[in-house]
Amino acid sequence: MHDVTMVVNGRSVSGQVEGRRLLSDFLREDLRLTGTHIGCDTSQCGACVIHLNGEAVKACSVLAADAEGAEIRTIEGMSNPDGSLGVIQAAFQEHHGLQCGFCTPGMVMIAADLLAQNPSPTEAEIRAYLEGNLCRCTGYHNIVKSIQAAAAQLQPLAAE
Amino acid sequence: MPKDHGIGASPKRREDVRFLTGKGQYTDDITVHGQTYVHFLRSDVAHGRIRSIDTSEAAGMPGVLRIFTGADFEGVGGLPCGWQVTDRTGQPMQEPPHPVLAQRKVRHVGDPIAAVVAESLAEARDAAAAIDIDIEELPAVIDMKAAIEAGAPKVHDDLTSNLCYDWGFVEENREAVDQAIEGAHHVTTLELVNQRLAPNAMEPRVALGDYNAATDEHTLYTTSQNPHVIRLLMGAFVLGIPEHKLRVVAPDVGGGFGSKIFHYAEEALCTFAAKAVGRPVKWTASRSEAFITDAQGRDHVTKIELAMDENGTFLALRTDTYANMGAYLSTFAPSIPTWLHGTLMAGNYTTPLIYVNVKAVFTNTVPVDAYRGAGRPEATFQLERVIDKAAREMGIDPIELRRRNFIKPDQYPYATPVAVEYDTGNYDATMDKLIEIADVAGFDARAAESAARGKWRGLGVNCYIEACGIAPSNLVGQLGARAGLYESASVRVNATGSISVFTGSHSHGQGHETTFPQVVAEMLGIDENLVEIVHGDTSKVPMGMGTYGSRSLAVGGSALVRATEKVVNKAKKIAAHLMEASEADVELANGQFTVAGTDKSVAWGDVCLAAYVPHNYPLEEIEPGLEETAFYDPSNFTYPAGAYACEVEVDPETGKVEVVSFAAADDFGNIVNPMIVEGQVHGGIGQGIGQALLETCAYDETGQLVTGSFMDYAMPRADDVPFYVVDHSTGTPCTHNPLGVKGCGEAGAIGSPPAVVNAVVDALHRNGKPVTHIDMPLSPARVWSAIAG
Repeated sequence: MHDVTMVVNGRSVSGQVEGRRLLSDFLREDLRLTGTHIGCDTSQCGACVIHLNGEAVKACSVLAADAEGAEIRTIEGMSNPDGSLGVIQAAFQEHHGLQCGFCTPGMVMIAADLLAQNPSPTEAEIRAYLEGNLCRCTGYHNIVKSIQAAAAQLQPLAAE
Repeated sequence: MPKDHGIGASPKRREDVRFLTGKGQYTDDITVHGQTYVHFLRSDVAHGRIRSIDTSEAAGMPGVLRIFTGADFEGVGGLPCGWQVTDRTGQPMQEPPHPVLAQRKVRHVGDPIAAVVAESLAEARDAAAAIDIDIEELPAVIDMKAAIEAGAPKVHDDLTSNLCYDWGFVEENREAVDQAIEGAHHVTTLELVNQRLAPNAMEPRVALGDYNAATDEHTLYTTSQNPHVIRLLMGAFVLGIPEHKLRVVAPDVGGGFGSKIFHYAEEALCTFAAKAVGRPVKWTASRSEAFITDAQGRDHVTKIELAMDENGTFLALRTDTYANMGAYLSTFAPSIPTWLHGTLMAGNYTTPLIYVNVKAVFTNTVPVDAYRGAGRPEATFQLERVIDKAAREMGIDPIELRRRNFIKPDQYPYATPVAVEYDTGNYDATMDKLIEIADVAGFDARAAESAARGKWRGLGVNCYIEACGIAPSNLVGQLGARAGLYESASVRVNATGSISVFTGSHSHGQGHETTFPQVVAEMLGIDENLVEIVHGDTSKVPMGMGTYGSRSLAVGGSALVRATEKVVNKAKKIAAHLMEASEADVELANGQFTVAGTDKSVAWGDVCLAAYVPHNYPLEEIEPGLEETAFYDPSNFTYPAGAYACEVEVDPETGKVEVVSFAAADDFGNIVNPMIVEGQVHGGIGQGIGQALLETCAYDETGQLVTGSFMDYAMPRADDVPFYVVDHSTGTPCTHNPLGVKGCGEAGAIGSPPAVVNAVVDALHRNGKPVTHIDMPLSPARVWSAIAG
């Protein structure tokens, strides 16, 4: 067993994990942060995307023990401090960028990562960045629209 | 001006907030105190005889609580089939047993052999690896035509063959159709495959069984589209648990597309094991497990013949289909290639004579059942592909050929030769709209621009019709359904005027929590935020047949209207008493009861309060309280229809196909929430493009699913699809349900595959490659081979 300590959504957390325990399972089961979803077992679907030390990663492809000392952000940490929806989350609601909601946490996390890297992506760049995130409900149309809308809203903020 | 509330408005979805903040409650998010985990040991061969199972070593491993095998289920019912099809000779289909855990034989890769319950999932998996199984591998039957040849190995030893049924429809028309085809001016023939697909809802299936020994009550949390149906099938047919002792909860469900309609072995095992072990038992499918246990879709091999006169008028249609059932009959499997397929072969056209033959076949593969569209995509694909081929052979423009044969607006109600009666539609209007939104007139210029870049551009157009709003119970009862297909709704008005609606429909992405309140609020003239929807729990909702077949609004919404009408009728009686007026003179508008021709009024909230604080109340005439339940059984199916257009660019060097534009004009009748309807169409088109270009369940000759993970099974990704242009302005309201709605959930998946294939074939023709057909998925290799000839 390994002792691990990490900062998750701004809060320091500790736990004991088997060497084979995945970070996604540690978040979901030990920390009860069930917004990070598991949609496959081959690191293809992207429902478990989180931010680890500021980078988007698939939590199913990281061992919990390897996240020792890391700073982690999950979907539960994406709202504004007052609890209202953040810009990207609100854009997804406004533009109907989700249906069943299962892929949604990963979509929001990858969108935030994209817009941090590239504040004004083209449609093609958005679609390419979503390569590792599967959605079966929306046909991606409104997900792309949501990200475009979020980018338009975030740009003036970034310029300030 | 678009409406800002009620029917026709697009309020933001209220369910989104929890999904966007990670607060959804999907089944795997639920943890019950004392929970244990089950891991299934599954067959890794497609066909075999179980010689022995030795669990002794595994049983002693750390954390192991119990190991179940087929022997534990000898006295328990098998998984039932909900539909009995009768074959051409009047005999019932061959219906083999479907044990919860394999008994004596395994019949497909993934067939469960043993279930290990342990303190942790890791311990359950470790122990399963230590079970010693001796299986004598038998030759597997994979190909359908080979499976029904004499001497083929039998999937089920007790059946006479692997033929489940040989269905003819309409059998009395057979000779007339044969004669019409024989004597026709021209007959276009096409052989095609509608390949097998994995539904792949993003949330894998989960079951969590719990048992309270003190009250003898079972609870099953499960990823289901229809918890009451699971309660009925599992309680009555498998485990023998009466309804009042069995609660089934389907909380937030991450997509279904049909695959979560059916009752699965894992649900029964977890429910059974929770009592046997005395602890809650949870199973969560891995995606790899989903690929070999979730019922798959389609898998038809078809020959279709269309007879025409010299003007292209359709005279007769004959189709022969082999439909794969897989190794067992899943819940509604027999009905898909028959009553949900044969009845749609008239399409949007006046073809007077139709004969459909379907041979359903058992093979050593995962069971096949409904997947988004279920039978109707298979009907649409073959019909719209053969029409495109016919247009070329006859030298008639494919849109013109369709128009010549459309059922016209003055022909409704229109009785087709395949037993259904369309109530309404206007296919020319929908086609006109499609031509406008797809800018068909500008195609040649776009094709020239593509050519300048070395790409071959093609345009594919097709129509579709579907039978939705499933279904009139008396009719489907005659056709072999072993269930009624009504829906229920209860409207509970609370004392302060807020409303709790209990619906048997289930939302797993469709947004009912937003749209159903729009309907109630419109009828009562109150703020829709006063209305809350409760669904997905048999202990709360009186009864429900669930969500599939684009039925939620057409059937569940109609039940909701009926229950709300009953509430209004009673509320008017109370209001009449409060206003000292005649009930007949009371009107309800904008949340106020008024008396016609007077200035008397009483607010909605005051009437609700009076119902629960009946101090001034007609107690001698009516009971206190304000809560009503209605069951709605539709009198007919609904018939959504539309016209779709796809443009592709084919790279002649590689065979790669890019969908560059897609337009859909749909007639869904009236629309409650345009935003959600458009989203449903987008998603359906995405799946249809996936079928046309990318997806396939490929089995090798030994029965291994070689596309058994997202590494191998090509799901459509964001850069495989374009933005879609959709329109629903040509709707003709359904004539027989109170909302005039038709259903929109499956249309996109039904209408889009032929549009894509028609477009690719068109691109090849325009560039001197007279290819008549390419089977889906249109992979670069297949398209390149077709180009190379």
